[in-house]
Amino acid sequence: MELVVFVLASAMVLAGAVGVIVRSNPVHAALSLVLTLFGIAVHFVALEAHFLAAVQVIVYAGAIVVLFLFVIMLLGVDKAEDLSIEPFPIQRPLAGVVGLGVAGLVIAAVVRARDTLQEGAALDAGGDRNIRALARDLFSDHVFAFELTSVLLIVAVVGTVLLTRKEKRKAGDA
Amino acid sequence: MNAALLAAVVPTTTYYLVLSAVLFGVGAAGLLVRRNPLIMFMCIELMLNAVNLSFVAFAVRFGDISGQTAVFFVLVVAAAEVVVGLGIIISILRRRPGATADDLAEMKG
Repeated sequence: MELVVFVLASAMVLAGAVGVIVRSNPVHAALSLVLTLFGIAVHFVALEAHFLAAVQVIVYAGAIVVLFLFVIMLLGVDKAEDLSIEPFPIQRPLAGVVGLGVAGLVIAAVVRARDTLQEGAALDAGGDRNIRALARDLFSDHVFAFELTSVLLIVAVVGTVLLTRKEKRKAGDA
Repeated sequence: MNAALLAAVVPTTTYYLVLSAVLFGVGAAGLLVRRNPLIMFMCIELMLNAVNLSFVAFAVRFGDISGQTAVFFVLVVAAAEVVVGLGIIISILRRRPGATADDLAEMKG
């Protein structure tokens, strides 16, 4: 049963990922990204990380993809682009080699090292204990980093407002 | 293979790590292939998600909740990064509609 869930969710993840990089229309690519993010959320549920699964759906599939779609619509680039134009003919084969190489090297390392992975004590994940454990860790060991994230978000929002603001004409300029 | 035998196979940490590596490779290849800055951003999100998946797989394997805390921070930073990145893309594309990543080389010096 777990294997069936794993295979189905992995198929979602990989189909969405391939969709992102081969779709010519940015809107379709963003919707493929949603498929990948939902697949990852299914994996999180299977791994009993319930809180992260919920956050994955809310933040990624909810906020980030909506932001992408919003920008696509705002800029009016929701037209299919011509993917046959290729200024550097060697770029695609090279990118394929790099992608395959990265994946192949990591897989080789993982397969080689799979016997050295120590099995730790099982995480207690029934009921709401995943959220409790996560909260205890977040607000004790990582409380300073957690507070810093609020600074990061404020800086990001203020910076973006400054970046995208339309230049106002100075008084007396007209 | 026998169906009952196949049903008894439980996905181990290695399965998740291999999936994560493949997803990261797809994201890296997409980042190198595509020229639309928005799609390149989506490929970065793919790579971040691949790393998140391996974090959670390791957290379960080692019985240490800190791996899931790290994923939480990755989510926060990804949200901030998308906000700033899309702001930059908007201000570039507003000035030059249809700019690709190649055109952005003009930004230097």
